[in-house]
Amino acid sequence: MLRLERRSAPSTAMRVATPLVAVAASIVAGGLLFAALGHDPERALYGFFIAPLLSTYGLAELAVKATPLTLIALGLAMGFRAGVWNIGAEGQLTMGALAGGGLAAMVFYDAQGLWLLPLMCLAGVVAGMAYAAIPAFLRTRFGVNEILVSLMLTYVALLALSALVHGPWRDPGAFNFPESRFFSDSGNLPILIERTRLHLGYPLALLAVLVAWLVLARTVIGFQLEVTGLAPKAASFAGFKPDRTVWLAFLVSGGLAGLAGLIEVAGPGGGQLVPTISPGYGFTAIIVAFLGRLHPVGILLAAHVVALSYLGGENLQITMRMPVAVTGVFQGFLLFFLLAADVLVRYRPVWKRATA
Amino acid sequence: MTLRLPRRTLLQGTAAATLLAAAGRPALADSPLKVGFVYVGPVGDFGWTYRHDVGRRAVEDHFGDRVETTFVESVSEGPDAERVIRQLAASGHELIFTTSFGFGSSTLRVARQFADVKFEHATGYQRADNVATYAGRFHEGRAVVGTLAGMLTQSNRIGYIASFPIPEVIRGINATAIHARKVNPEAQVVPIWVNTWYDPGREAEAAAALISQGVDVMTQHTDSPAPVQAAAERGVPAVGQASDMRRFAPEHQITALIDTWGPYYIRRVQAVLDGTWTSTDTWEGFADGMVQLAEYGPMVTPEMAAAADAVRTSIVDGTYDPFQGPIMAQDGSVMFEDGHVPSDDEIRGMNRYVEGVVGSIPG
Repeated sequence: MLRLERRSAPSTAMRVATPLVAVAASIVAGGLLFAALGHDPERALYGFFIAPLLSTYGLAELAVKATPLTLIALGLAMGFRAGVWNIGAEGQLTMGALAGGGLAAMVFYDAQGLWLLPLMCLAGVVAGMAYAAIPAFLRTRFGVNEILVSLMLTYVALLALSALVHGPWRDPGAFNFPESRFFSDSGNLPILIERTRLHLGYPLALLAVLVAWLVLARTVIGFQLEVTGLAPKAASFAGFKPDRTVWLAFLVSGGLAGLAGLIEVAGPGGGQLVPTISPGYGFTAIIVAFLGRLHPVGILLAAHVVALSYLGGENLQITMRMPVAVTGVFQGFLLFFLLAADVLVRYRPVWKRATA
Repeated sequence: MTLRLPRRTLLQGTAAATLLAAAGRPALADSPLKVGFVYVGPVGDFGWTYRHDVGRRAVEDHFGDRVETTFVESVSEGPDAERVIRQLAASGHELIFTTSFGFGSSTLRVARQFADVKFEHATGYQRADNVATYAGRFHEGRAVVGTLAGMLTQSNRIGYIASFPIPEVIRGINATAIHARKVNPEAQVVPIWVNTWYDPGREAEAAAALISQGVDVMTQHTDSPAPVQAAAERGVPAVGQASDMRRFAPEHQITALIDTWGPYYIRRVQAVLDGTWTSTDTWEGFADGMVQLAEYGPMVTPEMAAAADAVRTSIVDGTYDPFQGPIMAQDGSVMFEDGHVPSDDEIRGMNRYVEGVVGSIPG
């Protein structure tokens, strides 16, 4: 019978190769699926992976979509490396958008000046951190499971957004419809390329990748996260307090998610708070983090691949009249093949005669 | 369930369109007119989006190869919508219907960049030279539904699964309550807010929660048939939303509001073909056929049917308005004076409950 035997040391080359293998396998499986659906697989794959990238606008959209995914996944990866599970990035994103966007829509809607955007960003980061501090506190103080708390707080945040936009923060000129006032011009992220939506958030995300890479590779903090994840006991012998790791992971991931939320409302969101801020970036970023091997550069690449799967799915709907499920199926393939390849990296399949 | 058009209308329309197509769009007369649709839910939601898609197919049936339609489903009401709408505009679609309230700002932003493309935003209020709005007077249907619900309820509690507290939804709740109480002064409407247009799981849970609170008639303003199904499982009669949901509850569907977009879509496509399209605001109900009701279910007695039909007839012939005064607000103050027939703008801005609704509007 077929058995899996643990490999003594998974090779680094294979660990790097698995995401690429997973992407390649997804493309093959996708092609087969398109063929089975009666579409020309070559044309469909072209429409999914290449066509969205052929215009400046398409490339800009890819960057716009990859920005929040990158920022959030970077933060989540810090925690995931140390075995701290923040599943509530969507809630922290919402709170960041609420705080920064609330400042712009409710306090400084008439104000102009270069100071406004940095202030909004700061508010977004602080609010995301504060919201992430709740599961961190409950975990470190009372040992409450951080997965559940952070996940459930997401729904609280979404309801808070809904209540504010439907209620006190509603634009007085909008006939009771649920949307805030528009931010002043200074409250919108500058557009980098005319006639696209590429905004300042993208270079910020790239900068965050660089900083995260430096922190993880070159500082004690990075080492601490790594050790805590691999060998919690060794970490405590080394004097790393597990509670501090939890706090660190939640504050960093919460802050980055909050920043991503603010960037969404001040950028592609059009400078206004509406009842829907994100199509679930906080959850998709979990896939991105793992697809990117919890490594900053990997995450940057993974964010673009996942962003492309959205653009490609939309494109196939428009040009080949395929159903929206194409996007989900592709993301499913990606995750499935990644996990499958992972198993083969860690374990070796062995044929053994059954010993009764 | 496909929309059937009278054969004569179809033939006349086709002949007229053929003549006018050349006149209206000289430059592009030979190529088919590309019409795009942006949906908030999946076409298989059996409710709101499904009915818009039935309308889209009616356009295809009517115009044949003179049009080419495209739809994008399950588009999130956020920044993503703008890209989808823009992609449709950039890929040669000359008329684009965006069929959810939350697509409004995105539609307007794209419209500013594509002056030659016509946009139509369902249930919206912001227009531009190339952006029209359209909606159904669904509260007319709710008036009939309320009448039936008021007569059917024994516990005097009518459940209402509500999506988002926007005026359109508040209006529906109010119309239901007003008409339930006209036939049963004890009746109350109990809304539960699920904060989604389409989430079968949450909708079904909400139905179960309402029934456990003593509700014995179910109505909904969300898009899936899950509440109707959940109610039927518990023996509670329910009203279908946006499309006829009888097959999900053959014994328990009281009736259903049916949104009928096909004729409107055909009209607007025709206008683009003719070159006569202008930015308009359309709000049609029973009289124009945009709002229809499904056949009554087995629990509706002939007396109930007669009372319901009387409400419907009086709305159609214009002798009655569902919101004509006196209407009292929930807090006991007067919303509309005795005899006052509110204007469309007054009805549009309705953001308070009327007497007989339980609870408060969130936010």
